[in-house]
Amino acid sequence: MAATSLDSEITKSDKYSILLPTYNERENLPIIIWLIMKYLDKSGYDFEVIIIDDGSPDGTLDVAKQLQKIYGSSKIVLRPREKKLGLGTAYIHGIKHATGNFIIIMDADLSHHPKFIPKFIELQREHDYDLVSGTRYKDGGGVHGWDFKRKLISRGANFVTQLLLRPGASDLTGSFRLYKKDVLQKLIDSCVSKGYVFQMEMIIRARQLDYTIGEVPITFVDRVYGESKLGGSEIFQFAKALLYLFATT
Amino acid sequence: MTKLLEWISVISAVFAVWYSLIGGYVKHPMIENNMNIVLVSPIIFVLLFGLYAVTVVLYRVFTFNNCEEAAKELQVEIAEARKDLLDKGLKW
Repeated sequence: MAATSLDSEITKSDKYSILLPTYNERENLPIIIWLIMKYLDKSGYDFEVIIIDDGSPDGTLDVAKQLQKIYGSSKIVLRPREKKLGLGTAYIHGIKHATGNFIIIMDADLSHHPKFIPKFIELQREHDYDLVSGTRYKDGGGVHGWDFKRKLISRGANFVTQLLLRPGASDLTGSFRLYKKDVLQKLIDSCVSKGYVFQMEMIIRARQLDYTIGEVPITFVDRVYGESKLGGSEIFQFAKALLYLFATT
Repeated sequence: MTKLLEWISVISAVFAVWYSLIGGYVKHPMIENNMNIVLVSPIIFVLLFGLYAVTVVLYRVFTFNNCEEAAKELQVEIAEARKDLLDKGLKW
C-alpha cells in the first residue's frame, strides 16, 4: 500500500519537457506552440517546451522570443545554439536544461500533432514504459501527403528492417517519442550514428538494453510548409545504418 | 549474439540439412525419387519468400492510411492558431 501512495506522489510531480529542435521553422513554430498549449493546458499535465534553435537565418529565434512573451518563460524555454550542430547534440543540449523527469521529442514542422502527447503520457503511466513511440504503421496511424513511390520506399524499408532487426517496435525512423529522462540520456550515450538514422538506432539500443517500449498510432501530415526530403543519400545512410546494426547488435 | 550471427547459425543449420540430403547421407526412397526438387528447393524457397515479401509490402502500400481527416483538421487548426496569435500580438 505504501507503494501506491508513493506512486501517486511521483505522478503528481511528473513534469514533461518537450524538446523542439528548430532550423528555419519561422512559419511553423508559432502554430506548433499554439497546438501544444491547446492540448496540454487542457490535459492538466505539468510541462515546458524547450526550443533549441540552431541559428536559423530566417529569424525563428525572434518569433520564439515573442512566443515566450505571450506564453511565459516557465512554459517556453529558449536554449538556442550558434549554428547547425545536428539532432543528437540538440537532444543532449535540451536534456541538460530540461527540468522535467520525462522528455518528449517531436518535429516542429507540424508533421507531429501535439494532440497525441496526452495519449503518450496515458499509455506510459498505465504500463510504466521506459519509452513510448508514435507509430505511422499501426492501425489508426498513417501518413498524409505521400505518393506511391514514397510509400513504397517507406513500407519496403520497414519490412526489411523488421525482418533483419526484429526491433519490437513498428516505426523505427519516426521521431515522435516520449522517454524517461535517464533512459533517453543512456540511449543517446550508447548511440553512434548521426542524422535521421539516429532515431532507428535509439529504438534498437532500447531493445538491447531491455527497456520497455509502448506504441501509439499517430497520423503524420507531411510538411505543410517547406519541402520534405527523401533522396538517394537518405536511402544510402539508412541502408548503411541498417547493416551496421544488423552486424553489431 | 548479434542478429548477423543469428542469421548465420540458422542458415548454416538449414544448409547442413539440405547438404546431407543431396549428398546422399540420408537414405530414403522419397528423397531419391524427388532429388530434382530437393536440389532446387533453396531456390524455390527464396522465390516464395520474395513473393511473400512483395505481396505484403504492396498490400501495406495500398492500404496505407492517407489521413485525409487529420490533414483537414490540421488546416482548420492552423487558421484558428493564426487568428488567435495575431490577436495576442504575434508578428511573423
